[in-house]
Amino acid sequence: MLVKTILCGFGGQGVLMMGYTLAHGAMNAGYHVTYLPSYGAEVRGGTANCTVAVSDDEIASPIASAPDHIVALNTPSLYTFQNRVAPGGALFLNSSIIAVEPSRRDVRVFKIPSSEMAEKLGNPRTANTVMMGAFLKITGLVPPDIYLRGMETVMGSKKKSVIEINRRAFAAGYEFLEKAE
Amino acid sequence: MNKVLMQGNKVIGEAAIRAGCRFYAGYPITPQNELPEYMAENLRKVAGGVFIQSESEIAAIHMVAGASAAGARSMTSSSSPGISLKQEGISSLAACELPAVIVNMMRGGPGLGNICPSQGDYFQATRGGGHGDYRTIVFGPATAQELADLTMDAFDLADEYRTPVMILADGMMGQMMEPVVFKAAKPRIYPESYVMKGAGTGKSKIIRGLILDPLDMEEHNWTLDRKYQVISGKETRHEQYKTEDAELILVAYGTGARIAKGAIKRLRETGLRIGLFRPITLWPFPTNELRDLAKKIENFLVFEMSTGQMVEDVRLALQGRARIGFHGRPGGVVPTPVELANVVLRKYDRKEGLTDYY
Repeated sequence: MLVKTILCGFGGQGVLMMGYTLAHGAMNAGYHVTYLPSYGAEVRGGTANCTVAVSDDEIASPIASAPDHIVALNTPSLYTFQNRVAPGGALFLNSSIIAVEPSRRDVRVFKIPSSEMAEKLGNPRTANTVMMGAFLKITGLVPPDIYLRGMETVMGSKKKSVIEINRRAFAAGYEFLEKAE
Repeated sequence: MNKVLMQGNKVIGEAAIRAGCRFYAGYPITPQNELPEYMAENLRKVAGGVFIQSESEIAAIHMVAGASAAGARSMTSSSSPGISLKQEGISSLAACELPAVIVNMMRGGPGLGNICPSQGDYFQATRGGGHGDYRTIVFGPATAQELADLTMDAFDLADEYRTPVMILADGMMGQMMEPVVFKAAKPRIYPESYVMKGAGTGKSKIIRGLILDPLDMEEHNWTLDRKYQVISGKETRHEQYKTEDAELILVAYGTGARIAKGAIKRLRETGLRIGLFRPITLWPFPTNELRDLAKKIENFLVFEMSTGQMVEDVRLALQGRARIGFHGRPGGVVPTPVELANVVLRKYDRKEGLTDYY
């Protein structure tokens, strides 16, 4: 098994944090994992992306030319990456921001109004964690409890209340798609 | 210690500090900036730790020489254009027989090039790089775990042979996060006699690379050469993967070797017998180990993220005993395992075509 995911959005939306916590969770679940951020000449407000590869075997390349999943938090990212996703793969879209329809018809599409959901929870910055809840619900890549434990390690230096609201954001995303199906 | 998820650049920093590195000087350049960042943050937390962001790459390497002469485990890092600037100092380190570790996170070149992963500095690293008759030990790590292990080993070898050691990785290795377990560092063993800590009542000590008498210089050159011969005989490292029954051997290092392994896994599924020979020390090159493979295997294909540099060492090792092909993607392009698999498949089908490239 080798699953590659590209996570993308505006700089500041927590795109790299999503990838980092996912990679952390996959490592704790006993998988081989690589995390590769985009690096170099980026501008504030520009796009950010990272690639997470999870496998039960050594990972050759951390780069995904045909990722299995894409988690997109904004429209430019969807445009950039939707044509790369492998046929039969999945798109996870932040439908609070992405108003357009993806052009692909050979992939599964999951729309999660994560920005609105995060706002309702009281912290708009947790939209990324809402997306991870939905993503792990569908893909089952990492068990939720292992993911959450990894998230707590990663956010260890932050306040308890930040971790708590992220836990609730994750649960909201996780339950959202359960209802949708 | 537990497994941690860490970025390659930071892995080197952590491994260096655990190995007892107490002096780091460097000048920023992508894609290795997280390494000086890590040293700035963490060297100050250990007793005697000194971090300096120098005014230039040249200053950094000479600060490293000074710290090394004073007995500190010292390191500097940069990426391709910055490593070019450091060559004068690396040549001095070799001449003065001072231990140091130099990290090169290669990027596309020549010139300023770009900031993407590349393997175009192989010649520079393995042939000495600066002027004069010298060699540096060069490691080509392929995983974050190897970045950790080889960084620690680099400090040990630098001390053992009193010579600069280079870690030659690329932007992808520097930027990528992978799980790592840090091994316990060995206690430092080195002859303190050369270290400049004040002569006291004893004889003055001199560390210098300027030897004006040609006969003295010749003797110094042969002394260094004998050391390099010992290193060549004792310190080669490599990995073989599925070579036992192979009909074709891919030769690749670092990031290139990861991609090659991925390609081999795919091709093996279709029944093709392909193996990997991965040099871990690029100098000394594992010449004899590669030559041994040519006793039973006729076809070799070298893959590099360059226009072909290590392929020359493969030719020197095999000495016409096998067919050698080459595939390269220079300039900062990281090909996929699928692409490489397709290339190998074409060559595998018509083996006599392996030398087409040249």
